[in-house]
Amino acid sequence: MRPKGSNSLILPTGLTPDKSRRHFVQGLAAGGVLVGLSPPSWAQQTSATTATGTAPVLSGTEFNLVVAETAINVTGKPRMATTVNGTIPSPTLRWREGDTVTIRVTNQMSVSTSIHWHGILLPYQMDGVPGISFPGIPPGSTFTYRFKVEQAGTYWYHSHSAFQEQTGMYGAIIIEPRGGEHIRVDRDYIVQLSDWTDEAPMTVFKKLKKQSDYFNFNAPTALDFFQDAAELGVGTALSKRKMWNQMRMSPADLADVSAYTYTYLMNGSTPAANWTGLFNPGERVRLRFLSSGTQTFFDVRIPGLEMTVVHVDGQDIEPVTVDEFRCGPGETYDVIVSPKDETYTIFAQSLGRTGYARGTLATRRGLSAPVPAVDEPEWLTMADMMGSMAAGGAMAGMDHSSMNMGSNKVHVRHASTEYGPSVDMRVDTPRTNLDDPGIGLRNNGRRVLTYADIHTPGQNPDPREPARDIELHLTGNMERYTWSLDGLEFGKSTPVHFPYGERLRVILHNDTMMTHPMHLHGMWSDVESADGEFLARRHTVSVQPAQRVSFLVTADALGRWAWHCHLLYHMDAGMFREVVVA
Amino acid sequence: MSWQKLSIKFHLLTLIWVVLLGINTITWAAEDKPMSEMDHSKMQMGDENPDAEEVDHSQMPMGDESSGDEEMDHSQMQMGDENPEMQEMSQGSMQGGPAPDNARDPHAYSGGYTIGTKDQRLVLADEYNFNLFLVDRLEVANGSGNTSVNYGLQAWFGRDYNRLVLKAEGSVASGSLEEASTELLWGRALSTFWDTQLGIRYDNGEGPDRSWLAFGIQGLAPYWFEVDITGYIGQQGRTALSMEAEYEILLTQKLILQPRIEVGLYGKDDLRLGIGSGLSEASAGLRLRYEFRREFAPYIGLEWTGKFGKTADLARAAGQDTKDTRVVAGLRFWF
Repeated sequence: MRPKGSNSLILPTGLTPDKSRRHFVQGLAAGGVLVGLSPPSWAQQTSATTATGTAPVLSGTEFNLVVAETAINVTGKPRMATTVNGTIPSPTLRWREGDTVTIRVTNQMSVSTSIHWHGILLPYQMDGVPGISFPGIPPGSTFTYRFKVEQAGTYWYHSHSAFQEQTGMYGAIIIEPRGGEHIRVDRDYIVQLSDWTDEAPMTVFKKLKKQSDYFNFNAPTALDFFQDAAELGVGTALSKRKMWNQMRMSPADLADVSAYTYTYLMNGSTPAANWTGLFNPGERVRLRFLSSGTQTFFDVRIPGLEMTVVHVDGQDIEPVTVDEFRCGPGETYDVIVSPKDETYTIFAQSLGRTGYARGTLATRRGLSAPVPAVDEPEWLTMADMMGSMAAGGAMAGMDHSSMNMGSNKVHVRHASTEYGPSVDMRVDTPRTNLDDPGIGLRNNGRRVLTYADIHTPGQNPDPREPARDIELHLTGNMERYTWSLDGLEFGKSTPVHFPYGERLRVILHNDTMMTHPMHLHGMWSDVESADGEFLARRHTVSVQPAQRVSFLVTADALGRWAWHCHLLYHMDAGMFREVVVA
Repeated sequence: MSWQKLSIKFHLLTLIWVVLLGINTITWAAEDKPMSEMDHSKMQMGDENPDAEEVDHSQMPMGDESSGDEEMDHSQMQMGDENPEMQEMSQGSMQGGPAPDNARDPHAYSGGYTIGTKDQRLVLADEYNFNLFLVDRLEVANGSGNTSVNYGLQAWFGRDYNRLVLKAEGSVASGSLEEASTELLWGRALSTFWDTQLGIRYDNGEGPDRSWLAFGIQGLAPYWFEVDITGYIGQQGRTALSMEAEYEILLTQKLILQPRIEVGLYGKDDLRLGIGSGLSEASAGLRLRYEFRREFAPYIGLEWTGKFGKTADLARAAGQDTKDTRVVAGLRFWF
């Protein structure tokens, strides 16, 4: 299973299953049954049991993937997962830059499926979005994807049909650069973060439509009020709440779906199953974090270890050393660590602070380090509602001393459709401060990665002046649980037309109080600073509440493409656009 | 009031109902048309008036809190005067309101393209139907010398901005239906937090049945007050107005105290049902529920009810009490 012709220093141990997890099969939190690494693992489908943990590796140029429903037991209740070749995560695909890969995807389920290659540049017919780029893969049929691999780095793939991503259909892609891997490490691990629910995802969605705060058990209570009143005085306690209550917005609205239904997974393993990566002290270890939570942002840290971020969204970046980073659904972050002690916890708490995914780096099997407590959830601040306008505010509970909101001189153009029932707030003075790590990470005493820290080496890859600005506002109504762009859900929308060959600027302006990871298919998003300076080439751009982020796109990929929020329930609610490059 | 006057009033209200129905239908039809075929600026204009109306409605129960000017003052107090730009800040400008003339056309980037192709078109959940069946109150009420079983429910079926709404409440005592009121409405999203509702209501129980045309507004007022105001036009010039407001106080994440008030007014006597014109009935309740699950919450509470004006006179004449305080115990559930 070594990558064909690989000259990298990746050790096979890094990508083989962790057999020590077997004993968790007996445990309450056992995440399935390990079937081991016997290729092709889809041949073992008769067992119909989902294997979890480090995914099997498939390499070369020809791949056979079988999508099926297989049994899984994450929380003690048997459920069916949607899997590729019977594993969660799906098999790791190792490609080489310059190769043409052929991937036959066979659908053994009774419903349609698809695979989208997240961040991969390819002909749009191979992009795998039913209804946009192809009709999907009907039950019982095989679709053959074939395209030339024109890039290198860490990517991932997932279903783009219904809620199959939520039920287990996601895996890693590692593409070796044409000249061989140049980030030299002794160990190389994929750390894929995700969320699992025992409920049918549509049930979760229906609950949100009926009661949008269904999963939020951190809402402000009367008890909180009396505590605040005792500590801060009645006046301050009242004023802290006044604007939120007037506007019918909740400052505790951090995440739509919480650990009330979610179990957070690391490489398909529950926190109790404790996915473990081995190392020898002194080795350099590359951890490829894939943020595959369907509705979860993860805040990742390894207590006792600093992490040097070297590669983001498939692009090498100028190395930056941090203690913690936030990864939104769709984003990928590769870090290098140099562990010296026996054991470390990889801790990935949810943005909503209701739970965590957890694994271990250790010198041998069976070790574990202390697991930190989940941080207390913070209230959103006025800056998360009003942007830079709140910079001079005297709002209680907001630490603005260290926050430069960025220029508020931007000319905001709300869409005419943002004045109706689909939108619950509009930000007239967005903040442009990319150096804000976001709610829950501000001033926490740790060095936290921000978008301002992420620099792709070299110059702007396409220095042409953008021929046009495309301004899109991220919108929603939490009370109705509707999510849209410019106040229009997908069904009412028209495509965004990118003239072929043009360099253009996209401005994403967040008129909601949630962070939205916006994923443009088929083309890079070259993020720029508020001053128009090129920062980083991304495939997924997270826009924080009341924030405005701009990026440049070279419209060099003809066809119809998807562009959406990668929070699955927002996407499915209609926070989605079709992009036509013609 | 003469028959002639009543008749005019009836016709006027019916006319309002028909006009509202027309506005709903026209804007709804416009919304579902393919975007490329319509004049967006006109659709926007159509939305302005209802939006203005919403402010008026929400003021009725809530005082002046929802007025844009008031909110601006609050925000200034809130934010201090350190930043001169703060003067321009208002929540009024952050929520609702009419679109300015220079608002961006959301279809300006389409280049004439429409979503999907001849062969395929993605359909997401904004084009699915959803539904809710909420029994807000199913309770035994024990008052002075009488015990009854009361219910109050609301259900809906449909999409985000247009849905079929069923509302029902009633009371059963000694094995027979005392009173029941059932409404079937078309709910249409008017603004961020408010829906208009148009439809019919049917009353049955002791005494003669009554049927009504109904038009109302339901939604969330500032400070999270759930408000439901409905006007009714009945036969023979009958009119009625019903107002309800609820609030939820989270004592903990699962222990919730719910104050609720309901007021009924009638435009005309209905002696066979013991109703006098003017303020007729009011009730105020306080229910404490525990949400074992969001969907399943038993509660206990107190409810005070009273009859007023001519309705109270009629009750007294019939030898009935005009005021009652009842202990209630019941279940709130939904699916």
